Amino acid sequence: MRPVDEPKVGLVVVSHSEMLASGIAELAAQMAPHVAVLPVGGTPDGGLGTDYESVCGALVGADSGAGVVVLYDLGSAKMTAEMAVESADDAARYAVVDAPLVEGAVAAAVAAQGGARLRDVAAAAEGASGEAPVRASAAPARRSLHLVTDPVSVEIELNNDVGLHARPAALLARTVAELDADVVVRYGESEASAASVLALMGLGAPGGGSVEVIATGKDAREAVRRIEELAERGFDD
Amino acid sequence: MTCTAEGVVSALRAAVAVVIAHRDELVRLDREIGDGDHGENMRRGFTALLSRLDSEPPATPGSALKLVATTLISTVGGAAGPLYGTAFLRAASAVGDATALDGPAVAKALRGALDGVVARGKAEVGDKTMVDALTPAVAAAEAAGDDMVAVLVAAADAADAGAESTVPLVARKGRASYLGERSADHLDPGARSTALLLRAFADAAQSDERAQR
Repeated sequence: MRPVDEPKVGLVVVSHSEMLASGIAELAAQMAPHVAVLPVGGTPDGGLGTDYESVCGALVGADSGAGVVVLYDLGSAKMTAEMAVESADDAARYAVVDAPLVEGAVAAAVAAQGGARLRDVAAAAEGASGEAPVRASAAPARRSLHLVTDPVSVEIELNNDVGLHARPAALLARTVAELDADVVVRYGESEASAASVLALMGLGAPGGGSVEVIATGKDAREAVRRIEELAERGFDD
Repeated sequence: MTCTAEGVVSALRAAVAVVIAHRDELVRLDREIGDGDHGENMRRGFTALLSRLDSEPPATPGSALKLVATTLISTVGGAAGPLYGTAFLRAASAVGDATALDGPAVAKALRGALDGVVARGKAEVGDKTMVDALTPAVAAAEAAGDDMVAVLVAAADAADAGAESTVPLVARKGRASYLGERSADHLDPGARSTALLLRAFADAAQSDERAQR
């Protein structure tokens, strides 16, 4: 486990529209209370566009020491973000990421909340588009890396009303994010990585249903224990 | 004839006037296939440039070009900010500390500008962008010899033709690309503004030359 007080990767959302940037930042921050998610949108006179100086300011403001992932909406927002990063003192602290803006911001925020490093937060955002749950029959090659430890699995009842909807999915992802364990949640024929809130939500597991949790890796038992505990509490609903 | 800081500044003032005069035309072109803000964004950027040319008169051609870059980057607000900003920044790097620019130096500045725009926007010839005006302009400038005025006139002529060539194209970059086939039969506003700027520079250089005779 990583120490909990390590600085977390920040997020900057660059949009042509101030309202759009703010809305996305609000949505992402809801799932990541300890992550700085700064919206930048519109021109200083209140019009649509992107303002270079404001983006530069947000990069600094969102950086608590672990770097910043920058997401953008359309072409010139990307170019403005890239220019701001290039002109920064230490460009390596920033990653401008090509990702679907809403899903990418949510996925990145949850990854950052879990203590992921810059590269992994960027990857979480980038991977947010193709995150439909995979069929269980398509054997995930990734887990073969963990053959050294036996998988720990448990059947869990979703005794809350909404099942693995947005907030419970975020809680589940967050509760195991800091552990050294690969956790997969299976519902019927589909399965999803617990590292991805969107994939968990995509399972569509309803309240009253049950899912199988399969964990591998050093902290596999701890991961399963935490998820069981979370489910017993009804996901704090 | 060469171009000193004073010459660059007078060319830039001419460009400001041209951008303001063509604001509505650029707005109209951009409304047809884009978000409609190009004319106003350019007017805002170049108006800001005018006041900075007054308050911070540049000492060399390179510092004048750099002033354009930083002003446009911080004031334009649309794609033209980072694109023209990068173009003028690379042009400034290309001319370095030179106190006067001859024809080949101007061509080198234009080459730097083109490289910057391509690096920033990732567009190629045929994508219906300012690259379609700037690419032939650079080729013509590099073939135009030593005379600074001749180089600028050749670049402006080629940029006009290059901008015209965007009319039948289907956009593959920028906001217009979302329109697909519907972007055809329209002049690209970025290519148009590039051609306007180069024509303004060429006209200013020609009138400076006449004044010195």
